[in-house]
Amino acid sequence: MSVTTKGPLPAEPYDVTVVGAGVVGSAIARELAGHHRLRVALVEASGDVGNGTSKANTAILHTGFDAVPGSLEARLVREGSRLLAAYAAESGIPVEPVGALLVAWNEEQLSALPGLLEKAERNGYDDARIIGADEVRAREPHLGEGALGALDVPGESIICPWTTTLAYATQAVRGGVDLHLNSEVQKVSSAPGADAQCHELSTPRGVVRTRYLINAAGLHADALDRRLLGRGEFTVTPRRGQLIVFDKLARDLVSHILLPVPTALGKGVLVAPTVYGNVLLGPTAEELDDKGATHTTHDGLADLRAKGRRILPALLDEEVTAVYAGLRAATEYDDYQIHSAPEERYITVGGIRSTGLTASMAIAEYVVGLLADAAGPDLDLTVGGNLDPVSMPNLGEAFPRPYQRADLIATDPAYGSIVCHCERVTRGEIRDALISTVPPGSLDGLRRRTRARGGRCQGFYCGAAVRELFDGWGESGAAR
Amino acid sequence: MRRQRSVDVLVVGAGPAGLAAAASLAGSGAATVEVLEREARAGGVPRHCHHGGFGRWGAATGPRYAEDLVEAALGAGAAVRAGVSATGWSGPLSVDTTGPHGLERITARAVVLATGARERPRTARLVPGSRPAGVFTTGELQQAVHVYRQEIGTRAVVVGAEPVSYAARSALRRAGVDVAALVTEEARAQVSRGRAAAARVPLLTGVSVAELLGRERLSGVRLRRRDGRERVLSCDTVVFTGDFVPDHELARRGGVLLDAGTRGPAVDMSFRTASPGVFAVGSGVHAVEPARVAAGEGVRVARAVRGHLGGVGWPCGAVPVVADAPLRWVAPNRLVPGASGGRFILRTAEALVCPVLVVRQDGRFLYRQRVLGAVLANRGLYLSGGWVGKVDAGGGPVRVAVG
Ligand SMILES: Cc1cc2nc3c(=O)[nH]c(=O)nc-3n(C[C@H](O)[C@H](O)[C@H](O)COP(=O)(O)OP(=O)(O)OC[C@H]3O[C@@H](n4cnc5c(N)ncnc54)[C@H](O)[C@@H]3O)c2cc1C
Ligand SMILES: Cc1cc2nc3c(=O)[nH]c(=O)nc-3n(C[C@H](O)[C@H](O)[C@H](O)COP(=O)(O)OP(=O)(O)OC[C@H]3O[C@@H](n4cnc5c(N)ncnc54)[C@H](O)[C@@H]3O)c2cc1C
Repeated sequence: MSVTTKGPLPAEPYDVTVVGAGVVGSAIARELAGHHRLRVALVEASGDVGNGTSKANTAILHTGFDAVPGSLEARLVREGSRLLAAYAAESGIPVEPVGALLVAWNEEQLSALPGLLEKAERNGYDDARIIGADEVRAREPHLGEGALGALDVPGESIICPWTTTLAYATQAVRGGVDLHLNSEVQKVSSAPGADAQCHELSTPRGVVRTRYLINAAGLHADALDRRLLGRGEFTVTPRRGQLIVFDKLARDLVSHILLPVPTALGKGVLVAPTVYGNVLLGPTAEELDDKGATHTTHDGLADLRAKGRRILPALLDEEVTAVYAGLRAATEYDDYQIHSAPEERYITVGGIRSTGLTASMAIAEYVVGLLADAAGPDLDLTVGGNLDPVSMPNLGEAFPRPYQRADLIATDPAYGSIVCHCERVTRGEIRDALISTVPPGSLDGLRRRTRARGGRCQGFYCGAAVRELFDGWGESGAAR
Repeated sequence: MRRQRSVDVLVVGAGPAGLAAAASLAGSGAATVEVLEREARAGGVPRHCHHGGFGRWGAATGPRYAEDLVEAALGAGAAVRAGVSATGWSGPLSVDTTGPHGLERITARAVVLATGARERPRTARLVPGSRPAGVFTTGELQQAVHVYRQEIGTRAVVVGAEPVSYAARSALRRAGVDVAALVTEEARAQVSRGRAAAARVPLLTGVSVAELLGRERLSGVRLRRRDGRERVLSCDTVVFTGDFVPDHELARRGGVLLDAGTRGPAVDMSFRTASPGVFAVGSGVHAVEPARVAAGEGVRVARAVRGHLGGVGWPCGAVPVVADAPLRWVAPNRLVPGASGGRFILRTAEALVCPVLVVRQDGRFLYRQRVLGAVLANRGLYLSGGWVGKVDAGGGPVRVAVG
């Protein structure tokens, strides 16, 4: 069990290496950790897990009611949703089953609802129903004028995406997977001679040798695919989604995920509560060609505000806590691009578009199934070791947080010492994150583990104090 | 497992306003007074302002001033408990707290909210761009420099040209950071020309920040002039200053009526909110005035709190006072029957030259006051309150306009 961030990489070959420690790659590594005879590596370009698309989404645990019926995505979202809900309950990842209302604002949208209801049923989701304008208003009294009706989808939930990825990675590492951070795979080749069975992955920290390779590189999965196969099965075209996070004091304005009637470009702009007690407005959908374009724009934010004002007018009077953008890994296809190349001992897990968080555990099971098929007796994937359960820090408002727990504070006063006041994050939680199995690589990583510095003041009060703790613990200062 | 306790007066926030209130209340000996401060030490924002300009003659530094206020409150017999946060309410006058010693529920006969203000950070100002490190507010910067002595960066841009922006400039200089420029959307600095000149730093007026650039670390800011022309200024640090907003969470969670202009609790001339027994003072009511103004309100609220403890009834019903554009807000902003005198603080969104302030109720003229000199945007402007006796308690809102 180890996490490395610098220095040379181990010379001994791995049985399986997963490239990309997003929610998908981490889920796959976790699934493989269950087979404890394997030497497994999880190799990540950035300094932390979940640092790509997985940190910047809308954090909805989908039912898959609106997927393309019969697609792989529809199946994996449906299965993944159940798997992740159960896993979250066991691991302390906050989930709130708030339900969604797909709101029709004009006659055309209203007339689309029966089709969506039928689609939901074809996707095996039977709990949806159409409700009238009065019921919509009764259930969401702050909704803007003019809602004509809605599709009620009670099964949609909100979840914490950060602790989901972290839980997978933590369990994988504790289950024996080597996590190598700051290790961008730049070149892939096959070793000459005795090691001909191995792929050689060149990274700035040296070479990783591995018999089997799983590509879960998110936005860059197509590039790795091309490098390895000499051709690409698909091309990733990033589709940016900008979002605005409103203050927690806005949380009472909305109780469901308010979805628009979907368009060709995607699910459209929604208003949704978050498990942290904020309200999200977004995302936009912008086709780009720059895979690094995770910045927000003036026009994007203005567009969101205009749309948000229609959906929930009072929301616009509330303070904004954060703005961010994520890039969906869209491809030319309408489905996930998961391909196995047994000859090359290689599996691509690409095009995990806008549902990868929900589907992550089902994708992992599916991929390990493909690996078993590809490897046959060459890899022993039958021995399912029991992974010890993990217990994630609770970042959710619907469950007691440490600052609210007299029992916890009695055992350790650090849980009564609030450092970040807006988010009520205690010194104890910050310490725990800094000495955890997969410690944060940056202040932003610490924020995703604790919410420190993530609140309405963005560090006006706590920024310097949190930085002091970050620099003082960890490698350099061990709780100075 | 919350310990339950009672006190006469609970003050939330140990800044100048809360400490001054506690000192005068405890000094009168009539009541048990407790002040809660969520930071590790009491004193409020001045603790982080290692520059002069505090106290009666502006002779004290912030930390010195804060220390004196803490001493005064303790000396008068108030309990000042740092490291304890008020996290919510369990009744109209019962506050829940968290501290290293556990959870408490403190019930008081009067609660004084003195929770201060914060600067709107980059996000709340909807400045687009990437999310790199190196982005500060003055509050964070001052603590990083003066309290924790942290590395800041090498070259900074300060957004704003208000007094606090110049304080940010000093903190940056102390930290050895080059300041490339102060940028403001206004036509001039929001301080005296002498002070602006003394800062010896380029000032770009009529300019807004259009975008933050850089990935891990800030690499520059894209600036836009009013005529649309843009340029990139390279820097690794940017400080967003000013644009203060009251920290009203506790008030709002307690159902205390807020004022739409100030965004703080609506208060009358005695700093009474619309919730019986709950008072509010300082930057938490109207952000931000000099520290001595906040401390002065602390002294004045003490009188009203004593009255309340002595059985003076809580007024029901009030006439709102509202400011018309270009005025942004006015405080106090509730007038209750029988109110007298006092002073109103206002803010203007635009610079005004020798403005005449006119007060009316339902179109009826109440008062006119000429303000001498130029009033800068976002700077304080004062209106005397000799007219409040003329207000019709059953009438509509009182409006303050530039006439
Ligand atoms: C705006 C938006 C909203 C969304 N909303 C939802 C939602 O509500 N519910 C939901 O279920 N899903 C949602 N999604 C989708 C979900 O976030 C993604 O499907 C999921 O995060 C994809 O995970 P991933 O692991 O494939 O990719 P990533 O998280 O991007 O992980 C890929 C990793 O690979 C690393 N990498 C890349 N190249 C290399 C290399 N050469 N060497 C080493 N490492 C490399 C990257 O650094 C990165 O960490 C949304 C997405 C967006 C953008
Ligand atoms: C950067 C900056 C520079 C300044 N420079 C000057 C200057 O040079 N000269 C000058 O005269 N004035 C200056 N001011 C203004 C001055 O600091 C304020 O007027 C004064 O601090 C206001 O006092 P206050 O008590 O209302 O609020 P604050 O000083 O803000 O104190 C409020 C206190 O309440 C605490 N608190 C809030 N919520 C809770 C809770 N739930 N539980 C427990 N505690 C809580 C906070 O931690 C804080 O300590 C400056 C302000 C800033 C921000």
